[in-house]
Amino acid sequence: MEASTAGPDNPVSLVIAGALLIGASGIPGLFLPKKLDWGQKCASLTVVLGSILGIIGALATLFTERTASYTLVSSLPFGPLEAGIDPLSAFFLLPVFIVSACCAVYGTGYWPASHHPRTAPRLTFFFGMLASSLTLIPLARNGVLFLIFWEIMALSAYFALATDDLEQEVRDASLIYLVATHASTLTLFACFSLLKATAGSFSFPAATALDGTTPLGAAIFVTALLGFGLKAGVMPLHVWLPGAHASAPSHVSALMSGVLIKMGIYGIVRILSFFGMVPPWWGMVLLMAGIVSGILGVAFAVGQHDLKRLLAYHSIENIGIIVMGLGVALIGRGAGLPLLVVLGFGGALLHVLNHALFKSLLFLGAGAVIHEAGTREIDRLGGLGRRMPWTAALFLTGAVAICGLPPLNGFVSELLVYLGFFSGLVQEKGAAAPLLGLAAPALAMVGGMAVLCFVKVFGTVFLGQPRSADAAGCHEPGWAMRGPMLLLAILCAAIGLLPVALPRLLEPALFAWSPQLPFAGIRLAEAAPFGWITLMGLVLLLAILGIGAWLWKRVTDQPRGRAGTWDCGFARPTARMQYTASSFAEMFVNLFAAVLRPRVHPPQVQGLFPGKSAFSSHVPEAVLELVMAPLLAAMDRRFSLARKLQHGRLHLYILYIFVTLALLLAWAY
Amino acid sequence: MVNAVIHILITLLMPPLLLGVINRTKAIFAGRTGPPLFQAYYDLAKLVRKGSVFSDTTSWVFRAGPVVGLAATLAASLLIPLGEHRPPLSFSGDMILFAYLFGLARFCTTAAALDTGSSFEGMGAAREATFACLAEPALFFSLAVLARLSGSLSLTPMLTGTAATSWLSAGASLLLLVGSLFIVLLAENCRVPFDDPNTHLELTMIHEVMVLDHSGPLFGAILYGAALKLFVLGALFTDIALPYATGIPLVDWVLFVIAMLMLAVGIGMVESVMARLRLPKVPQMLAAACILAAFSLLLVLR
Repeated sequence: MEASTAGPDNPVSLVIAGALLIGASGIPGLFLPKKLDWGQKCASLTVVLGSILGIIGALATLFTERTASYTLVSSLPFGPLEAGIDPLSAFFLLPVFIVSACCAVYGTGYWPASHHPRTAPRLTFFFGMLASSLTLIPLARNGVLFLIFWEIMALSAYFALATDDLEQEVRDASLIYLVATHASTLTLFACFSLLKATAGSFSFPAATALDGTTPLGAAIFVTALLGFGLKAGVMPLHVWLPGAHASAPSHVSALMSGVLIKMGIYGIVRILSFFGMVPPWWGMVLLMAGIVSGILGVAFAVGQHDLKRLLAYHSIENIGIIVMGLGVALIGRGAGLPLLVVLGFGGALLHVLNHALFKSLLFLGAGAVIHEAGTREIDRLGGLGRRMPWTAALFLTGAVAICGLPPLNGFVSELLVYLGFFSGLVQEKGAAAPLLGLAAPALAMVGGMAVLCFVKVFGTVFLGQPRSADAAGCHEPGWAMRGPMLLLAILCAAIGLLPVALPRLLEPALFAWSPQLPFAGIRLAEAAPFGWITLMGLVLLLAILGIGAWLWKRVTDQPRGRAGTWDCGFARPTARMQYTASSFAEMFVNLFAAVLRPRVHPPQVQGLFPGKSAFSSHVPEAVLELVMAPLLAAMDRRFSLARKLQHGRLHLYILYIFVTLALLLAWAY
Repeated sequence: MVNAVIHILITLLMPPLLLGVINRTKAIFAGRTGPPLFQAYYDLAKLVRKGSVFSDTTSWVFRAGPVVGLAATLAASLLIPLGEHRPPLSFSGDMILFAYLFGLARFCTTAAALDTGSSFEGMGAAREATFACLAEPALFFSLAVLARLSGSLSLTPMLTGTAATSWLSAGASLLLLVGSLFIVLLAENCRVPFDDPNTHLELTMIHEVMVLDHSGPLFGAILYGAALKLFVLGALFTDIALPYATGIPLVDWVLFVIAMLMLAVGIGMVESVMARLRLPKVPQMLAAACILAAFSLLLVLR
């Protein structure tokens, strides 16, 4: 690896140029006539251009394994602000650019300025800012610069999320998001201050330069886990996530779920890269957190009947899988087992990319459904597969991928994480072995529940008959919305069928995270059966095609009849008698009732000829409603005196800042 | 090469025979003559020559479900060693692909069931998917035990060679494991006491109620796929439970076939002496399987 300064041939220039283009994309739209679409269309074109530049830059960094850095001259009192790129940043940039470009194009069809003249220019602007800040965060090489980009991301995400601000639900979700993201930033202030105390300056230390076995190291680890965990949505710090993802416009949800929460993972990964020696409990804590997030995330998802809330809970599950992989890698680093580092970290990184692809695909698919049907309520949909065949097939691709099933990409990353567990189980003799033994069945259970959940969603939304007039009147959306989904689905299939190309992308990032690893002599290509996955994928596809062709010939050779679905002789079946998503999940929700706390409002049946009655059931956000809300209400009462200081008068706030600065100056001298 | 051909031939031809043996065993227990041993073959031959009826509600998903289900099960059958013989394909991590191929099959068959829009099929699909959430961890606990015992990450070394010696060194653990796997085997293949393959209109059914609307060649694919799944998971079970080996290839093939037939007789006996469990008891039984396998893992980790 060589460090170099920036020049025109340097990948970092490309990435920064891309980031600036994306950031500025929404500005023209603010000044153009609001009824016209072309401000928005120019913006999405700019985002696509910027993304292409950025992807070239990121790939060049990964293939050449170069690191490069800029030093920004600034008069801020935090030392030189360093920005740079290394393979680890470059890997996290890939999904950011891919998903940003897809979502920007999709947005022109989903939220056209001609239909939303009030909100579309604002949304386009903040979307650009958000995407741009997401590309800049991995470039920061200094704690202060990192936090500046982090705040830009947090605030632009808030404004993008609050687009539909006339809705009470959206305003509530945005507020919870704002509180959570500031709690995260506050914790990160502590984390980076502790890091400065350890490393001597706000500039990031070199990889594996610090010792994690000191108390200060432990404090940095815990604050990083809390601060970044809040952003990533690790259970039980996920409370902001379901509401925010559900309320945002779908392409913003896709960007948030696909990429924004991954910045929390990036933060954890980056902080962990500083520590060469780690105590064993770090990896075990991460693995436990991953198991809890994975199982509870998907369990809550099964109980949801709001399409986007359900997908949001799956983000928590997938963050759990990523954190499990990181936990295995950290156990490996602590115990000196390089194979675990390669498999665990490789699996976690690949799952970051994979989840970005299939989750944004699913959110865009959900957006197409919502755009057409006008409701997020799964139980009001049905039979959309006939009306929107493209969307149905693409959503199905995303659903199979997110369940981690072969032959798509989710399987490859989950396989790496599994191999990490099993290798650990075979090699590890210490205290981590039982935990690794528990992790494999836990991940299997997550996989089983994901299948349950996505069969439920796909079956209820796209199969059967429409359950309402909204669902019956749906049509296929235009190519502006279909195209990005198609691209994402193709990428999912490509990674799943041709994972042989992956080590070229993953290994540079892996070696940047753990520079001693190349000397251990374990390569990802040898540790994981990528060639076999391709072979088995082809065997599976050939078997499907062969059996399908033969059987279909048998079917068409013989007489074929059409009839209604078997109804047990019932005279007047209606579409409303179909199994709904809630009934599909009922058995599972009851099994997990102790955690999920479902609320059921059964009908009151009275008299011999009861009139109309209603049944409803709902799985609430248990952690928010049962833990966080009472806690915050109690704090609110306790601190009511301090709230007198906060009265909304801006000039007095500025006075506070002045007084604080003056006092700090006096203290410093 | 010869072994690979024999592997594929046995895998393709033997599964329906298992159903015949199970039914014959049940008939003998009940004092009946029962259907011929090869009845399942006759049924399949009849079904591929029959016409089909499709519901107006269904789409391509309904037609693809049985195809993908059978293809995934066939792909999984290439990974499992039969007796002491290596399978045609074997690599590090194949046990995970093995388990996930069944996941893919389950996704497609349950989605096909929901495509009919019938509440019956919805119920069956919901149960199939819910019970799998509990059966999968039991299977993975067992795989973890086998990985730890054999020190390998592939089904072939896990199930061949070391299994016999493991019985001597870690017998208690393997006994728990075999118990757990037998429960998983019965549950995954929808046998008594979890499901009754003989009836399909009762509200408590799982597999049979999911396939109510399928007919003709596609229904044949479903029946064959179910038999094949029983065969493949049964092979996993017998590889651990009956690890005889002589080292002579032909004798080992015969031993494997005998072991599978014994398993079929065993399943038939279980079905004869037990009634189906009440539906709320099924998750408890599957949780018991998980716990058995978890104890087995604790014993080998100690």
